[in-house]
Amino acid sequence: MSFTVNALTRSLNVFHLSGSACNNCDIEILDVLTPRYDAERFGMVLVGSIRHADVLLLSGAFNRKSAIRLKRVYEDAPKPVVVIAVGSCACTGNIFTGSYNISEPVCNYIPVDAFLPGCPPKPEAMISAVVKLIQKLKGK
Amino acid sequence: MPKKTIIPIGPYHPLQEEPEFFKLHVEGEKVVGLDIEIGYNHRGIEKLSESKTFEQTVFLVERICGICSTSHPIACVQAVEDAGDIEVPERVLYIRSVIGELERIHSHLLWLGLAGHFLGFNTVWMWVWRYRESVLDMMEHITGNRNHYAMMKPGGVRRDILPEDIPGIKKTLDGLVKPLALFRDAVIDDPVIHARTKGVGILTKQQIIDYGALGPTARASGVKIDTRKDYPHAAYGLVDWKVITAENGDVFDKTVVRILEMFESIKIIEQCLDKLKTVPGPVDSNPKAIKPGDGIGHYEAPRGEVFHYIRSDGTNRPVRHKVRAPSFMNVPTDRVAVMGQSIADATIILAAVDPCYCCTERMIAIDADTRRTALRSPDLLRLSQEKTELLKRELGKEGPKLDFGVPS
Repeated sequence: MSFTVNALTRSLNVFHLSGSACNNCDIEILDVLTPRYDAERFGMVLVGSIRHADVLLLSGAFNRKSAIRLKRVYEDAPKPVVVIAVGSCACTGNIFTGSYNISEPVCNYIPVDAFLPGCPPKPEAMISAVVKLIQKLKGK
Repeated sequence: MPKKTIIPIGPYHPLQEEPEFFKLHVEGEKVVGLDIEIGYNHRGIEKLSESKTFEQTVFLVERICGICSTSHPIACVQAVEDAGDIEVPERVLYIRSVIGELERIHSHLLWLGLAGHFLGFNTVWMWVWRYRESVLDMMEHITGNRNHYAMMKPGGVRRDILPEDIPGIKKTLDGLVKPLALFRDAVIDDPVIHARTKGVGILTKQQIIDYGALGPTARASGVKIDTRKDYPHAAYGLVDWKVITAENGDVFDKTVVRILEMFESIKIIEQCLDKLKTVPGPVDSNPKAIKPGDGIGHYEAPRGEVFHYIRSDGTNRPVRHKVRAPSFMNVPTDRVAVMGQSIADATIILAAVDPCYCCTERMIAIDADTRRTALRSPDLLRLSQEKTELLKRELGKEGPKLDFGVPS
């Protein structure tokens, strides 16, 4: 295992970017941090800036205004950065597909490493996704 | 004289869950102005709704907001029922109230936790959200999902609350009373919370009336406004409860109003569950078609009154669907509430109205050439004046010509 992968997977610093979401995935992401699920046990913390982040969590479909900002945020991220699309809206656009103000799915803008569908995905699903992702990064 | 500085908050700021952009104008530590820029969350839901059938529209408006994800559907189905003159079985009314009030408890707990977080009091956040989980469990048991319940449909609800589930729900509710009392006493007694919230972000009764603010924001300033009492819908006219108000209009009073409202919600749910044991009947009137006409629906969401307007032309799709969410009225009050306060208090004041930008953003206008927002507030005012003139001409009424001094 390389030094980078070891450093990356030991404690994931997560930056959460809400696109044009309905808040639900965002609230469930916060829920993962609160006592019942408590992902901070595994060293996952939410950070305030993309420049501190190892993981970029995307939620919600992105509209014309926020899609431009998404690209900027991705460019600002220190690489390697792992991108996870949380919720059906971030994965495919969900029920908003076809709206005049919604952009293409995020994977057409930036490379996405993991898709986590669900409306909203349960906190258990989010933890499971991160565990799988860590194993994939380690090459297991 | 100190130099005027602008502090940008957002659009992607760790403080806020949603993208929105605040420009705080400050002189030293004091806030002297506030600009709010939104538009990061507009998804074109009203237009999308015209391409969906009446049943699908309910799923769409559910996804306007994930926190009030049963308020919008209830208002929407009431608008459809109003347009199509659909009778709803009595049992449905009680089920709608149970789901709506459970949602209010979870939303207020969510706000209380986030308020603690904004104050830098993360213990409150963690404790409150721990007890919020039991409400979400109840929701999952009744509806099958933690959020986005998909319970409402025009003419009824999609799932019944089974008699064998009622004791379990009541037991969980009873278990919730003790922690709620703990939070109430904690907020009322805690000197730290007092110091941070008392006398902070005051909104007077007159300001609330001027801005047309709604929900707990208005009730905390002594304006007794609640759609559940004023225009009884669902089962709110059939059970006994009271509207909670406070007098001072500061952040502390907003917190207290929200906490006391949760006790009222528990009272409403328990009465509804008792009624559900005796009121028989189907939970769906299975409407076959919506006749031409238009209808309105109100619902008192956790943040205030949600309003839906639907026009039907006799087909299976709405011709026009208009949504007005409470944050649309509540967010502008930030401008007066934050004035003269310190920067540290600004965060809790901006959060105190429980703003929900995904509910608020219903319109966007973009210039195709420059790709910039085409309509600014003077343009909107002028459009509004022109429309008023047009309506007057159509009605054949000559009123005084409106002019707010906007350059044309």
